[in-house]
Amino acid sequence: MKTEKMVYMANQIATFFSSQPTDEKAEGVAAHINDFWEPRMREQLLAHCEAGGEGLSDLALDACKLVKQPA
Amino acid sequence: MKDFIIPWGDDRDLGTPASKSDKTVTLSIDGFDITVPEGTSVMRASALAGIDIPKLCASDNLEAFGSCRLCVVEIEGRRGTPASCTTPVAEGMVVHTQSKKVAKIRKGVMELYISDHPLDCLTCAANGDCELQDQAGAVGLRDVRYTTGENHYDPTGTGALSMADAKRREGPGNHHYIPKDDSNPYFTYDPAKCIVCSRCVRACEEVQGTFALTIEGRGFESRVSAGAVDDSFLTSDCVSCGACVQACPTATLQEKSVIEMGTPTRSVITTCAYCGVGCSFKAEMKGDQLVRMTPYKHGKANRGHSCVKGRFAYGYATHQDRILSPMIRESVDLPWQEVSWDEALTFAANRMRGLQEKYGKKSIGVITSSRCTNEETYLVQKLTRAVFGNNNTDTCARVCHSPTGYGLGQTYGTSAGTQDFDSVEETDCALIIGANPTDGHPVFASRLKKRIRQGAKLIVIDPRRTDMVKSNHIEADHHLPLRPGTNVAIVTALAHVIVTENLIDEAYIRTRCDWDEYLAYADFVSDKRHSPEAVEMLTGVPAADVRAAARTYATAGKSSIYYGLGVTEHSQGSTTVIGIANLAMLTGNVGINGAGVNPLRGQNNVQGSCDMGSFPHELPGYRHVKNADVREVFENAWGVPIDPEPGLRIPNMLDAAVDGTFKGLYCQGEDILQSDPDTKHVAAGLAAMECVIVHDLFLNETANYAHVFLPGSSFLEKDGTFTNAERRINRVRKVMAPMNGYADWEVTQLLANAMGAGWTYTHPSQIMDEIAATTPSFANVNYELLEERGSIQWPCNDDNPDGTPLMHVDGFVRGKGRLIVTEYVATDEKTGPRFPLLLTTGRILSQYNVGAQTRRTKNSVWHGEDLLEVHPHDAEVRGINEGDFVKLASRSGETTLRATITDRVSPGVVYTTFHHPDTQANVITTDFSDWATNCPEYKVTAVQVSPSNGPTDWQEDYNAQAAASRRILPAAE
Repeated sequence: MKTEKMVYMANQIATFFSSQPTDEKAEGVAAHINDFWEPRMREQLLAHCEAGGEGLSDLALDACKLVKQPA
Repeated sequence: MKDFIIPWGDDRDLGTPASKSDKTVTLSIDGFDITVPEGTSVMRASALAGIDIPKLCASDNLEAFGSCRLCVVEIEGRRGTPASCTTPVAEGMVVHTQSKKVAKIRKGVMELYISDHPLDCLTCAANGDCELQDQAGAVGLRDVRYTTGENHYDPTGTGALSMADAKRREGPGNHHYIPKDDSNPYFTYDPAKCIVCSRCVRACEEVQGTFALTIEGRGFESRVSAGAVDDSFLTSDCVSCGACVQACPTATLQEKSVIEMGTPTRSVITTCAYCGVGCSFKAEMKGDQLVRMTPYKHGKANRGHSCVKGRFAYGYATHQDRILSPMIRESVDLPWQEVSWDEALTFAANRMRGLQEKYGKKSIGVITSSRCTNEETYLVQKLTRAVFGNNNTDTCARVCHSPTGYGLGQTYGTSAGTQDFDSVEETDCALIIGANPTDGHPVFASRLKKRIRQGAKLIVIDPRRTDMVKSNHIEADHHLPLRPGTNVAIVTALAHVIVTENLIDEAYIRTRCDWDEYLAYADFVSDKRHSPEAVEMLTGVPAADVRAAARTYATAGKSSIYYGLGVTEHSQGSTTVIGIANLAMLTGNVGINGAGVNPLRGQNNVQGSCDMGSFPHELPGYRHVKNADVREVFENAWGVPIDPEPGLRIPNMLDAAVDGTFKGLYCQGEDILQSDPDTKHVAAGLAAMECVIVHDLFLNETANYAHVFLPGSSFLEKDGTFTNAERRINRVRKVMAPMNGYADWEVTQLLANAMGAGWTYTHPSQIMDEIAATTPSFANVNYELLEERGSIQWPCNDDNPDGTPLMHVDGFVRGKGRLIVTEYVATDEKTGPRFPLLLTTGRILSQYNVGAQTRRTKNSVWHGEDLLEVHPHDAEVRGINEGDFVKLASRSGETTLRATITDRVSPGVVYTTFHHPDTQANVITTDFSDWATNCPEYKVTAVQVSPSNGPTDWQEDYNAQAAASRRILPAAE
């Protein structure tokens, strides 16, 4: 998918978890992405993070570190 | 109807409704003692004892009326001959239903009725199905002593014994005679045959709640009338639900299909294939021809009621547009070629396997249908998981109720409504948000309106002034007309009032929910920024109204919430579902009858398609594919390894197609090109695929981009089950052979076997057995149980052998209920100078979804095209008049349609339906979607409206492409 759309979707998820009263916000974002994003979407996200993660919110960037690399 | 295939369910009319009293009364009827609930009528008690008292104006779905005087009885110690329908039983009462005295009265009454009735019984459409005829027989009427005089049936006024006789005679006109009204496409009103029993009027009021009918005039002048003096049935408020036709004891209100075909000779109980209410119907047959569909009185979702779609709009099933031969083509610019099933399946299987070899295992997938049965849906997801070897399965629930799955799953632990529809009879307050049940779920709406008329409170949260807000004899106590896109702000503001005004049920929260989570939630929601006053600027709803609504919801007693796609189809759809779940937990309104949280499902089997593992991340029973123990269950059953990674959702499939990594799709019973948002993007995705298999009744819009067309079967042509919004598993029964040759589950099996699966199902009951064996919430479900019980609500297993009408009774399914913080985030779909209006979309009563079915019925007389509702103010500044062609444009695209000017919408908001492919409302909608589930944001699109002369270039291009794509070459000789 278009990078902007993927970034937008990741940021939407991060926005939800950023409002939650927990210290484990990045874990929440990453768990959501691991549960619902198909491997090629996660690959695209991880590749984008690798390349600097332009457009991703801080929380989304943090979460990327916890996103599972597809096998 | 005398020929039932179902052993359960006595169809007798007991005359008056059941009493709900716990106390019982014992009386004697004709020497037999019978014990019945207090408040039961003598008529009903008698019928329960097996003694039918003659009657004409009584019916057990209507309150007793006492007008026909045919049901008189004698009661020892009481004077006169009371009407048994209006006389309640009393302890020790001694009733005689038959005596010389009552026999004489009944005969006299019947003689009077017959004296003003045309005696053309042999050629009458109700011949053999007429209560007047039956009762004349029952009372032993042998002679009519009155000479023919003033009457209602003879157009000539000269007196005649039948209409045929009347037609032959000449003379001055009869001013009492009113010709037949055949304006309604499905039934006729023949005043000449009316006995003025008022059953139709009462059914319209009590059962349907529309109040379209009345009795006008007095005495001999009394006539049934629809609407005002000049109205016909078609132009009146009548919604064509059929309740009056069902109630009529004569041929006065008669289905046109019966007039044409004669009375049916057998009937089969089955389930409607329209909305998620899941009404039970009797398919009344003559040979393999369907004569009519009548609502089944023991149907637990509908309790004998119906709407215009289920009752009458079944003509699509045998429409000439149905495609009955498989077709293939090399590429979508070529015409279709009719081929044999073998050739089509081999072509499809080779292409799909070829794509997997060339582009990888995950390059193909399926879309299961929320229109098809559980068994068919289960097979389609099994096809992708067990045969394709991936989890690329999704369903149209993606674009409607996927946020329900996430939101209710997170908060309560199950993705389903908490109550049955019967519980609405006990609710003290109903909160309707983002749903328009009178149009989308009409039979439920009738049941709800009945409760509202009995005094229950009603809160409606909707941008439009829907019929639930105000219509005949109902008015919402609170209407919160919010700006589209501000659901979370409103719901959180309601919670703010409940928490800060201490309207919570603390004991409930302490026992049922996580108290620490509640404290964090209360801290969040109590913040002033969530107060109704603070969010008024966002929502446009006066703060005082929000406060009043919150107080009503929290203090009315048993409060229920019903919601629809106006909640889910937003960027924050899942958050709103969570917010709704929070409201119910805060006030202790889950787990008791009359309360609860209930998603109104759009299509007949949305619930079932979700239950059956259609989503790419979960196996049947809502269990994530990452769990090895769950995978193991299916790996053992299917003998193949299951991919532990989630698959692609529908929007992701389309994105991947455009990227070139998703190449093949098997789409069963869904028209994504018309129903999914941002049509241009959907078209681009489909166009990029190398094998699109469409399995449908018709050449739908998606088929414009298909390479293989597999003809589908209608719900009348197959066995299976649908699961409605109450989690109720209802049987669908085959009443005629599939016109295309195969039921849909057989087609999927043929495709799977063409790809080497080796499946050997011979009946859908075997598929249900496999579902039960693998899915704990269905563990005890089987066809024998469904035959015995009629229907069953999951979970149905050893813990709940009778099924589960009410969930979360002693605790939430997940353990402690979770109160989750719901921060409002404005959608990025914002109005501005170019697109200053907000478009929201929905359904109307007579059409259904993309209209593939209803457009192929006479329902189109009510709604022949999609209209754009525009507020008078917005219309005036744009120079738009009623009925003008207007251009509707968003950043995604533009289309044209006609405008209608109405203040049902607020200034700044426009509304349309998406039933017609000529309009293609979804070329306007954007690709924004719910943060958690990718459910599209259909309900908010920034648009501009301007006068127009005709179709846009896009519409013309689209229609040209569609026409070219639908060319069919006949099969080679």
